[in-house]
Amino acid sequence: MEWETVIGLEIHVQLSTRSKIFSGSSTQYGAEPNTQASLVDLAMPGALPVFNENALRKAVAFGLAIDAHIGKRSVFDRKNYFYPDLPKGYQITQMDDPIVGLGEVEIVLDDGSTRTIGVTRAHLEEDAGKSLHEDFEGMTGIDLNRAGTPLLEIVSEPDMRSAKEAVAYLKKIHSIVTYIGISDGNMAEGSLRCDANVSVRPKGQTEFGTRTEIKNINSFKFVEKAINVEVQRHIDVIEDGGTVTQETRLYDADKNETRSMRSKEFANDYRYFPEPDLLPVEIDDAYIQDVKDHLPELPDAKIQRFKADYGLSDYDATVLAASRAMADYFEAVVDVTKDAKLAANWCMGELAGQLNRHEQDIADSPVSAADLGLLIQRIQDNTVSNKIAKTVFEAMFRGEGSADEIIEAQGLKQVSDSGAIEAMIDEVIANNPAQVADYRSGKDKLFGFFVGQVMKASKGQANPAQVNDILKSKLQG
Amino acid sequence: MSLDRSQVENVAQLARLQVTEDAMAATVTSLSSILDLADQLQKIDTEGVEPLSNPLDATARLRPDEVTEHNQRDAYQAIAPSAADGLYLVPKVIE
Amino acid sequence: MLDKTLTQLAAGLARGDFSSVELTQAYLERIRLHNTDLNAYITVTDDIALAQAATADEHRAAGNAGPLTGLPIAHKDIFCTQGVRTSCGSRMLDNFIAPYESTVTARLAGAGAVMLGKTNLDEFAMGSSTESSYYGPTRNPWNRDTVPGGSSGGSATAVAARLAAAATGTDTGGSIRQPAAFTGITGLKPTYGRVSRWGMVAYGSSLDCGGPMTQTAEDAALMLNAVAGFDPKDSTSMDRQVDDYQARLNEPLAGLRIGLPKEYFGDGLNEGIRSAVMAAVSELEKLGATVKEISLPRTELSIPAYYIIAPAEASTNLSRYDGVRYGYRCKDPVDLEDLYKRSRAEGFGAEVQRRILVGTYALSAGYYDAYYKKAQQLRRLIRDDFQTGFQEVDVILAPTTPSPAWTLGEKSNDPVAMYLEDIYTLSTNLAGLPALALPCGQVGGLPVGLQLIGNYFEESHLLNIGHQYQQVTDWHQQAPAL
Repeated sequence: MEWETVIGLEIHVQLSTRSKIFSGSSTQYGAEPNTQASLVDLAMPGALPVFNENALRKAVAFGLAIDAHIGKRSVFDRKNYFYPDLPKGYQITQMDDPIVGLGEVEIVLDDGSTRTIGVTRAHLEEDAGKSLHEDFEGMTGIDLNRAGTPLLEIVSEPDMRSAKEAVAYLKKIHSIVTYIGISDGNMAEGSLRCDANVSVRPKGQTEFGTRTEIKNINSFKFVEKAINVEVQRHIDVIEDGGTVTQETRLYDADKNETRSMRSKEFANDYRYFPEPDLLPVEIDDAYIQDVKDHLPELPDAKIQRFKADYGLSDYDATVLAASRAMADYFEAVVDVTKDAKLAANWCMGELAGQLNRHEQDIADSPVSAADLGLLIQRIQDNTVSNKIAKTVFEAMFRGEGSADEIIEAQGLKQVSDSGAIEAMIDEVIANNPAQVADYRSGKDKLFGFFVGQVMKASKGQANPAQVNDILKSKLQG
Repeated sequence: MSLDRSQVENVAQLARLQVTEDAMAATVTSLSSILDLADQLQKIDTEGVEPLSNPLDATARLRPDEVTEHNQRDAYQAIAPSAADGLYLVPKVIE
Repeated sequence: MLDKTLTQLAAGLARGDFSSVELTQAYLERIRLHNTDLNAYITVTDDIALAQAATADEHRAAGNAGPLTGLPIAHKDIFCTQGVRTSCGSRMLDNFIAPYESTVTARLAGAGAVMLGKTNLDEFAMGSSTESSYYGPTRNPWNRDTVPGGSSGGSATAVAARLAAAATGTDTGGSIRQPAAFTGITGLKPTYGRVSRWGMVAYGSSLDCGGPMTQTAEDAALMLNAVAGFDPKDSTSMDRQVDDYQARLNEPLAGLRIGLPKEYFGDGLNEGIRSAVMAAVSELEKLGATVKEISLPRTELSIPAYYIIAPAEASTNLSRYDGVRYGYRCKDPVDLEDLYKRSRAEGFGAEVQRRILVGTYALSAGYYDAYYKKAQQLRRLIRDDFQTGFQEVDVILAPTTPSPAWTLGEKSNDPVAMYLEDIYTLSTNLAGLPALALPCGQVGGLPVGLQLIGNYFEESHLLNIGHQYQQVTDWHQQAPAL
């Protein structure tokens, strides 16, 4: 039988506010345990929440970015359950009246085709703390620094039909939230986390199959693997004559399998009701307009502009605009060099390559856009060749200094002195009489051999254009 | 409305309250009598009435995004039943 | 000296008749003599009180005295007081030394008040008799076999027995007004949102309201001036100008329109209380008020509405007491579930557990609409009824309770019988309105009272009427013989 996969994602995005959603504690990642847990975060008796305006602003910005309905009146609710990382015994979230309603995003698949994925809603809520299961014989340690960090939970429609589509959607959301600056999107630090609802059905059937929810998948790679392995499990269960149980499962990356989370299977009844300590949030058109006015350019618009203004290909524009950090870097390089094509080649080539090799993020690049721009200027003014520039770039990446410093220190300056080049060429011609004879008798292909010899003699520093010109005339004899 | 034992057990589980065998019968009885009282509500027609969750029908006031709280872990953990290395300790949680 | 009102004591301190240290020592001595018997205080903070009194005297000597400088008062043990146990009358918080200060107590301290100690209450303010406290019942100083009312029974007894010049209380369903009535003192429940809830341990968040418990309306105005006002730490606190509550105290009452809601004068009302309240009405008429009957038709339904909404909110407000970060933790929990269930079952008393269970049920799947939502709808109707009433009259006058204080233990095993006693106080909390309870007579040697209910933020007017009434009567001056 042919099966169709149905996937919906719930993406939790930590909003990059300075303070927590309902308290004045810092949201900084990586602090000592419980040093960023205030009276409110610890749920001390008598402590009360007060809503952070910046969390609202960021949520509205997301809604505008996906062209969604913005809830002019949104309401916080309590979701009640007991867990040690949930100090109040309830999570403040939004149930019936979320801040962001129906919207959609377009994803591009590998074959270049596009699909539209519906976003059901996005609501504000508070993050929980962390349970640390190691180190304390028989005990679990609770760190509440994360408790109260603002989250935007983005719920998709069950519109995705493969793990690849799910990854493309997740990447798109990642790109949007980082573009508009509402989150750092750092999946390793948990700034963006994903739950996947997965089911299968025979191709052609309209009803959905029974779904399972895979919790807390924390990388793009694992999203694809976890979904694929879960889909296969569903198919195996059904083809063996069994039925899929609706449940929450955890993905084990080491074993590449999912397993049931029994601890979450208590008959949960969350007893949602409007949070009486917070009042309904009302915003007006002026507020929405203000957020809109401050919204940065979104990926799709940027791609169009890169093509129109810089004459970039569709591919180049898409790659460079994929992250706001890369796009900003690229534009800063163009700013210095005034040559978009050259800037694009360097950003996508050497820069991306080095970052990749060193598993570094562009934000942490040891070479700034201004520094790269100066290096490219040295190509443009013929101080170095493109090839030498790559060597210089590697040295810059290792932190050996600026382009000029490295060129100077390593004596990589291009030789453009025609007298010196002529001397080298004369020597090459004198040392290779046989090849000269062959060339003159019509073996044109040998021209490259002479160029190579000259460049070798100059340690790669001879100006290639000049070498070509002079060599050509001398060989013609 | 009268509750039965299993309903009380379910609610006690949700509320994480241990109701002992000795107290169960009395708990069932007293909860049932309270809900009998509450059931007077059922005879009132409230069709179309907006629930009132804040008596003044007020709306939210927002807080500027500023860090105003600083580390007071030692003071806060001085009253913790069990803490070590800055963490609150609970019996092992099994995922 | 201790028979004086807060206002009179303030004048005495200002004149230099006595120092704050002398006054504080006198109260501490009286507490030592009578608290064992009355059990009004859970914790007496002698050292803090004397230190604050000494500071107050210094401030006064330096010419920096504020309106409450040096006046010894008591706090209901539901307000967090930094470094001092804040127990809420519960075993759950018996070991809870609050790491911070509530806004109410901070403002009073800021105005110069001296804290004598923390007063007894029904556990987590859930009760109408102060019998459900982990620390044992408080006695009514008028008759020790009777209850002082609740939940602010410790504060009421402290003020009535002159163990404090004034006290703070909280009122979720009558917890300031009913004990004020039972002990013959004055108690004000302000408009919801007028007094900050920061640091006031939550019972029913949308109903809870802190307020003063004093000998007189004039004293209540003095105290309210210190505590009322916007607090950025409480989202439900109203950012609205605060009146000078003393400014209108002496306005004449000519032309005042008083409404008597007929539902508050029905068959359930004790005849002695009826006559006492009607006598008070006559006094007010003599002062120029006109009186008419009005109707608040859904008064009776305030009982089921309240006893769904308050427990529902309480059931989740009290989820934080889980034995993890503070408070009671059971011995040797075998696992996490055991930690939760035993810590909560052992840490909470019977009435608290009962309300948690009722509230949990009312919010649970399949019952939410029938109970919680329905109660909140009814709440709007009750509020609307008051607004209709206020189109015809300026204030509403009614008995505070249907009967005088009952005997200790009489209703403690019958929660529903106890709930029914709250009939006259619950509606105002559901509507969020201010109400001032005043003593207006005695029945069988026990004080009884009336309440004036005003429209939102009309505290000044209520205090004005209360003060004018107390100028022509002396019920507020009656004190029990200890």
